[in-house]
Amino acid sequence: MMSAPATHFNEDARRVAPDTRHRGIIQTAMGKYEVVRDQRKLWFQDWQGARNLAARTKFESVNHLDKHLAEFTRTIEARGTKVHWASNAEQARNIILGILSDKQAKVIVKSKAMTSEEIHLNDAMEHAGYEVVESDLGEYIVQLRKEPPYHLVFPAMHLTRGEIKDLFQEKLNDAPSDDPEALTMVARRALRKKYLQADVGITGANFAIAETGMISITENEGNARLTAAVPKTMITLVGIEKILPRLEDLALFLPMLAVMGTGQALTCYNTMYGGPRQLGEADGPEEYHVVLLDNHRTTLLADAEQRDALGCIRCGACLNVCPIFRNVGGHTYGTVYGGPIGSVITPHLRGLQQWKHLSYASSLCGACTETCPVKIDLHHHLLQNRRNASALPTGKPSFFQKLAFKFFAPIANKPALWSLTTKLSRIGMKLRGLVNGSVVDPVQAWTKTRDLPPIAKQSFREWWKEHGK
Amino acid sequence: MSEREIIFARIREGLSIKAHAHYGDGLPTTEEHRGVMPPVGASIEEQLALFAKNASDLKATFKLVKDASELTAELRALRDTEKWQRVATHKSPLAQTHSAALGLATLVADDGYDKHDMEQCDVGISECDALIAQTGTVLVTSRSAGGRALSCLPPHHIVIARREQLVADLPSAFALVKRTYGVSYPSMISFITGPSRTGDIERILVLGAHGPKKLTIFCL
Amino acid sequence: MTVSLFIPCFVDLMYPHVGISMVRIFERLGHKVVVPKTPACCGQPAFNTGYWDESRAIGVPMLEALKDSDAVVIASGSCGAMMSVFYPQLFAGTPHEAAAKSVAAKCHEFSSFLVNKLGVTDLGAKFPHKVTFHDGCHGLRELNNKRPPRELLANVKGLELVEMGAAETCCGFGGTFSAKFPAISTAMGDVKCASALETKADYIISCDSSCLMQIQGLADKQKKEIKTIHLAEVLAQ
Repeated sequence: MMSAPATHFNEDARRVAPDTRHRGIIQTAMGKYEVVRDQRKLWFQDWQGARNLAARTKFESVNHLDKHLAEFTRTIEARGTKVHWASNAEQARNIILGILSDKQAKVIVKSKAMTSEEIHLNDAMEHAGYEVVESDLGEYIVQLRKEPPYHLVFPAMHLTRGEIKDLFQEKLNDAPSDDPEALTMVARRALRKKYLQADVGITGANFAIAETGMISITENEGNARLTAAVPKTMITLVGIEKILPRLEDLALFLPMLAVMGTGQALTCYNTMYGGPRQLGEADGPEEYHVVLLDNHRTTLLADAEQRDALGCIRCGACLNVCPIFRNVGGHTYGTVYGGPIGSVITPHLRGLQQWKHLSYASSLCGACTETCPVKIDLHHHLLQNRRNASALPTGKPSFFQKLAFKFFAPIANKPALWSLTTKLSRIGMKLRGLVNGSVVDPVQAWTKTRDLPPIAKQSFREWWKEHGK
Repeated sequence: MSEREIIFARIREGLSIKAHAHYGDGLPTTEEHRGVMPPVGASIEEQLALFAKNASDLKATFKLVKDASELTAELRALRDTEKWQRVATHKSPLAQTHSAALGLATLVADDGYDKHDMEQCDVGISECDALIAQTGTVLVTSRSAGGRALSCLPPHHIVIARREQLVADLPSAFALVKRTYGVSYPSMISFITGPSRTGDIERILVLGAHGPKKLTIFCL
Repeated sequence: MTVSLFIPCFVDLMYPHVGISMVRIFERLGHKVVVPKTPACCGQPAFNTGYWDESRAIGVPMLEALKDSDAVVIASGSCGAMMSVFYPQLFAGTPHEAAAKSVAAKCHEFSSFLVNKLGVTDLGAKFPHKVTFHDGCHGLRELNNKRPPRELLANVKGLELVEMGAAETCCGFGGTFSAKFPAISTAMGDVKCASALETKADYIISCDSSCLMQIQGLADKQKKEIKTIHLAEVLAQ
């Protein structure tokens, strides 16, 4: 029995994968990314060495998470930040809604936060009557379209300038042309008003520094800077796994995130926030709240085999190289975290039974593992998820799988049976030839789009019997 | 049990099974970081040249000025070409005096300001903590650069730096932050690398998404 | 040296000439070739589907059949990775763990065996064509086998290698994946074929017949002018 998310995935994949227009848009965008990413990797003296150091640092962070989280809380609270703890999405939403209600907020401006997608925060805030504006340009675009982000780093990469022009015309009545600069200025004008109106600014986080009690936010547009500068109350929603032990760890992680995320040396703004406005400072929020979110991260932590996946810095590099992602696109996954990393962690975060299909929807090519800056063993984790799925009560082999695996083993193991199978396959192939590629072809899943080579007149083993004697 | 205690209990239970450290354990030293990171020349001249190259690649403007009068002249020239009406700055020896020399309506962030007024300013003039050669980055904090908004709300951010503020690389910059503020960190520390930008529409670069469209760095 | 050859099931049935070419090459180099009485399959389909018990049912007799071999050459990068990388994981914590490690250590993919083990890069082959090379993912990323096939091709007389942009991009085969997700698999194959066609090469060469089955199957169905050939068949010419 297929789960609802699996049915959705299969239907969307069948629709999107053959869509050459979609494929072209993604290939063009990725082509530009690949060129700069590769230049930047060469800019490092030793990129592979950097990956090893990053993996080591994340190993230390994740495997001593209790120690580092305790330190982070102590240091950031010392400067007047209020730290909140949420075991699940509902608790996190309630904490944030509670702060908004206390502050009698009306308008909320947000910078990019995948964790907020994960807990469906916007829906909750809008439902409670708040006006919520996403300030990252890509996020703003998909918010206007009432769509989830397409990609961890490039939320609107599936859209052309023409589509964005039409969207701005329809929703903002302001679209002078389809020139990307002109369109960006439309958003700039619209959002400037919102920063000034907003009562509360909500951000995500790329890193949380234990030693000095800081949240580090990586961005290019300055929207997170403004979200953290103008409103009187600032809230950061962050997964508990985002911890880095020391401030100087950022010296390595900030450029690595930029290189893999967008192919930059460093993104335009990398900003560390350690509290509300301090004595003697010109401005800044009066209150700073940090909401630490578990939401099944501890489930993944408990799996020692796949614990390294908690080291993910959400750079999106594994999506970018993944041939599955590039062909089915970001929305097909039906998850907040798409691509290889999403296929690995979603079963842990949301249940293996419902989400195991993503682990099968991979050719296990390993391009993700090869590129991951923190060396998460992604494609092998997909194999482990498959193994774990087969142990579920519903994971037992179906009748046909039994046929395939249980009966295949003795056939493959016994030369005489294999020889018989070889002969039978030739007959089978002749019969199949009559229905080749049609719906009654038993291997139609293959032959609908691909020819199948014939069984050879003489198999290798038959040849060897003559040759090798 | 509080939610914090519940989460800590789950973390400790999860960590009771040890994972294998495939890439070694223990945190890397700064020397290890430097060994893999992008190279930076050893001499001040090389580092200055690298900063200038990075700034130019980032579409920021970087100018060495020999003294205060040259800086004033440069700022006045910008005032005239860009037709500034209002300037924002902060209490500081360099930024405030040079802003005053422009003879325009001036907002001083530390005095308390209205956010709408700050938004109406044509330029924000600030000092900084360091210039980082390796990446062409300007390091500012809420203490050194007039708070949080001054360096990102006005459409043009002008940084006045001193030559001795140049540091070689990111590890040096973080060491500097620790040395300068270790007892009590400012509430915001920002590494500014070029003017605000986006590539969210067809991966085409556009400057000035939300923050400053222009970044000019004067180095005395 | 005695070379034990393992010819995987689909190579046996559909690409016997790949195996025959390997026999001819090793014999030409003066080695004795034996074909141990192994199972016809390495157990990868069950392993990759998550059915590790079923995979071990094939793996155990495989370990038994190969335990006395000096060196095992596998006529597929994918099956080679299964036996030299994944067997130790599959049998970890079972009574066969030591045997799996020992067999894994002597299993070699064909091109890697020639170059890294025998030190042979020139087989005196002639193949006067423009070609491009497809890196099978398992050979490339599990076995780190980027260099050996290219060193071998560099010494083939008349052969001109033009690398395609997507040389390292998966062709979309992926075993049962190709039948479970045919639309995605086909789209991936399309990307591969397009990149290969750009090179204007006469042949796509690979160390993996499974990838070539995907690429050739797709090209034939779409009537695209692409011919595929296994590295061993080129080197035997």
